[in-house]
Amino acid sequence: MSEGIGARVLRKEDKRFLIGKGRYTDDIIEQNQAYAAFVRSPHAHAIVKSIDASAAEAMDGVVAVLNGAGLTGDGIGNIICGWGVTSKDGSPMNMGAWSALATDKVRYVGDAVAIVIADSIDQARLAAEAVEVDYEALPVVVQSDAALEDGAPQIHENAPNNLIFDWEIGEEDATDTALAGAAYTTEMDIVNNRLSPNAMEPRAAIATFNEADDHYTLYTTSQNPHVARLVLSAFYNVAPEHKLRVIAPDVGGGFGSKIYIYPEEIACLWASMKTNRSVKWTSDRTEAFLTDAHGRDHITHAKIGFDKDHKIVGLKVDTKANLGAYMSLFSSATPTYLYATLLSGQYNIANIHCNVKAVYTNTVPVDAYRGAGRPEASYVMERMMETAAREMGVSPTELRRKNFVQEFPHQTPVIMAYDSGDFAANQDQAMKAADYADFEARRTEAASRGKLRGIGFSNYIEACGIAPSAAVGSLGAGVGLWESAEVRVNPVGTIEVLTGSHSHGQGHETTFAQIVAERFGLPTENIQIVHGDTDKVQFGMGTYGSRSGAVGMSAIVKAMDKVEAKVKKIGAHVLEASEDDIIIEDGAVKVKGTDKQMLWHEVGLAAYTAHNIPEGMEPGLKETSFYDPSNFTFPAGCYICEVEVDPETGTTEIVQFVASDDFGTIINPMIVEGQVHGGIAQGIGQALLEGVVYDDSGQLLSASYMDYTMPRADDLPSYSVHHQSTECPGNPLGMKGCGEAGAIGSPPAVINAITDAIGNNDLSMPATPAKVWAAIQAASAKQAAE
Amino acid sequence: MYETKYHKASSVSEAVSLMGAADDGKLLSGGQTLLPTMKAHLAAPSDLVDVSGIAEMNGISVNDDIVTIGAATTHAEVAGNAALQKACAGVADLAANIGDPAVRHLGTIGGSIANNDPAADYPAALLALGATIKTNAREITADDFFVGLFETALNDDEVIVSISFEAPAKACYAKFPNPASRYALAGVFAALTTAGARVAVAGAGDDGVYRHADMEAALDGNWSADAILGVSVGADGMLSDMHGDAAYRANLVKVMAGRAVAGC
Repeated sequence: MSEGIGARVLRKEDKRFLIGKGRYTDDIIEQNQAYAAFVRSPHAHAIVKSIDASAAEAMDGVVAVLNGAGLTGDGIGNIICGWGVTSKDGSPMNMGAWSALATDKVRYVGDAVAIVIADSIDQARLAAEAVEVDYEALPVVVQSDAALEDGAPQIHENAPNNLIFDWEIGEEDATDTALAGAAYTTEMDIVNNRLSPNAMEPRAAIATFNEADDHYTLYTTSQNPHVARLVLSAFYNVAPEHKLRVIAPDVGGGFGSKIYIYPEEIACLWASMKTNRSVKWTSDRTEAFLTDAHGRDHITHAKIGFDKDHKIVGLKVDTKANLGAYMSLFSSATPTYLYATLLSGQYNIANIHCNVKAVYTNTVPVDAYRGAGRPEASYVMERMMETAAREMGVSPTELRRKNFVQEFPHQTPVIMAYDSGDFAANQDQAMKAADYADFEARRTEAASRGKLRGIGFSNYIEACGIAPSAAVGSLGAGVGLWESAEVRVNPVGTIEVLTGSHSHGQGHETTFAQIVAERFGLPTENIQIVHGDTDKVQFGMGTYGSRSGAVGMSAIVKAMDKVEAKVKKIGAHVLEASEDDIIIEDGAVKVKGTDKQMLWHEVGLAAYTAHNIPEGMEPGLKETSFYDPSNFTFPAGCYICEVEVDPETGTTEIVQFVASDDFGTIINPMIVEGQVHGGIAQGIGQALLEGVVYDDSGQLLSASYMDYTMPRADDLPSYSVHHQSTECPGNPLGMKGCGEAGAIGSPPAVINAITDAIGNNDLSMPATPAKVWAAIQAASAKQAAE
Repeated sequence: MYETKYHKASSVSEAVSLMGAADDGKLLSGGQTLLPTMKAHLAAPSDLVDVSGIAEMNGISVNDDIVTIGAATTHAEVAGNAALQKACAGVADLAANIGDPAVRHLGTIGGSIANNDPAADYPAALLALGATIKTNAREITADDFFVGLFETALNDDEVIVSISFEAPAKACYAKFPNPASRYALAGVFAALTTAGARVAVAGAGDDGVYRHADMEAALDGNWSADAILGVSVGADGMLSDMHGDAAYRANLVKVMAGRAVAGC
């Protein structure tokens, strides 16, 4: 079947995007629509003494100016973090209050204090500037290590010294003992730089309160509209679930930043009820930099020990994670259960201990961003492995190979049980594709041109297919992480698949249709994927954590199993054969070994006319499944980066980038390659270009593309992408997931390559030309001194 | 954007009188800096006087080695002009690397030098070429025109009409772009003119574009990249920001100067 599993089917969704007919939240226009603009704090930390909206309220077109006192007065609840993490002393995390509109205090630049509703966007923005807020500025802290110091500005009353939790995983004593007995140890300070997500479509919302039915509709840029509805109902008291419809239409990229329910959606819903108008808000790019949840921002000290044969004996990691001014929806899980549980990497390590302190600062909240904890883990592990190899004078590839996990299942000391993989096979494939054997000749040739050439490796592993509900429940998650699917066969045989996954660039309308095409032998054009609307899809957990393939598609498979069972019963009845002899292929239901068959649409018609179906069978052909995975999935791979550095300017050119990934079963190689390309682009962005910078007063210096370096096409190389797959035993399709791998695996490969080239391992991300040049100067100064 | 009045001027004199009549008027040419600034509510001129359609402010001519570029000539026109490529390829190449295609087809040379952004490219070229800036009122030498950061010798309501310079024996610009904005983190324009070697630096100096006397002295009589090697460039007086500190910029000035000279 040309459109089934493994086929490079062109993306069905691209037509509407290419002809400009995509339907994004900002494209939607409601009758009687008004526009919202937010009054935002220019201070990173201040007491809100008073808000005077009288001038703004008198301006042309202004419908209302609403503030936090009114919002909380109407019973709208505080924004919550949905994953409880317990400190090692047994105490619960110290979550400070976060009101959608600040009442007494603002805690980061951009914190919203009021919402202005007006007839036009320009009127709303002008009026927002006219709202006079009297602030009393307070001292500011923006870095996690400084925030933990005694005497640091106190951001939330219930989080002394700004400590949210002090959490650990693994056995500390055993790890200390193992490290004390190690023949070799390597210690490093490692910073994982803070990133801004920069989805192409900024966040937006349009909320409509229908007074007649006491019903709300919210269009929003969400990766998980059902979770949004659940949280808006259960915690923020906007409306009960049956009185709130949430629709996430076409969404232009998320990368994690659109998982969360932000103040703006809540305020727009409430304002719609207060004003009896539809209220629309679309973020501009500056607001996006200021208010979209950022990613990463870890400060880590790590120590790894090896025995005399270079086998790892222990790993100890201490991390301070900056969570910003408030706890975003999954902010507690990202630097703990999505990070420290992956610190075993691809390696057999008997002893691991990790301590994580989560910290409030006067910066925008930090939460999951493409990879979410796993890029931070792989960066720690793969920088350590490369550095240890250099310090011990052994080959970085051999050191890794010697320590690879080779037998599965493999229980790590940090919760995860790896189910499958062949790490050596990925490394072999990558080294061959990179022509590693010839590297030294290339280095010599580059030197003759005055360039410093280096090569770096990264052997990443991640946990995807998030996640087994009971497992995450036991770790503190407030929700289950199953997925639902409904397969509706219409009377004419066409199929609608309703999924709780949400596509915001991933190509679900194509890949999900491919597995249905494969199963029933139908063309993908006969299959429609429906998602993103709580009135259409009963429930779903949305798309993040590379879960839509392994979990979302598995739910579809389970629903298709039920459809198939019913189709076989109908076929056997109509064709007067035994159910065991019925096969479905090429769009027909056939009796094996005979020429008796019903075409697919005849089965559909039979089910709905119900003139001739088995006695006692209900008419219709529609089945539902809720699929809960039994384990995480473990995509893994080997990335090799080769660079040339211009020693005069510190400019790094990536001259080769090879990826060998194990994603398990691949449905559409073209789409998977696209995901890998995009992920590596973001990983190279983190390694070379991107970095959020706040000054000491909490002003965001990198608040536009003039200062925040988004990767451009000419910053990036052509990628050499390969697959070497082992099937995932944990789900029916054998899939592992591919959405985050590139962003997880690539940063350490890039930095390992540059540090190899320049002969100085002391280099932080983003490795800008200025930093690389300074590291080269430092290396030469050191050499001269010696 | 705040409310503003838009006027389209058809002559320099009309532009001058429209500016004179405005409370707080701004000349609009390509708008590549002014309009984003207005959109961000960082500028609120009462009136915009659009000079982009004024005939005498448009076009490029080369007569007897004198190059004249109308102030409202776009970067793309400068980059693509065959006569200029022949007379002074360094300026055409500089224009070809400003911003992106959209910027180059709207942004103009007059707008760039009137704004005198310290990280802009044209000021270095004009300074190194010893260009003359002709306004509605007078002629100003480049040495007098560029005063400091975002500061020029222009009076209020004064309109740049054209820029002219003598075609140099050699001229080349080497720019190291800011990774984010792609403006110059350091850019050096080196020219061998009838008045000798002239070297101007963009992007790096904390008081804007400036001439580098030591490099000019080194290059006089020895036009070679090696001549630059002996010049010391210190960090004093260099800009320092999140993209590069003063020491890095000082290094870039020297490296770019060497590349500029080697490039001609």
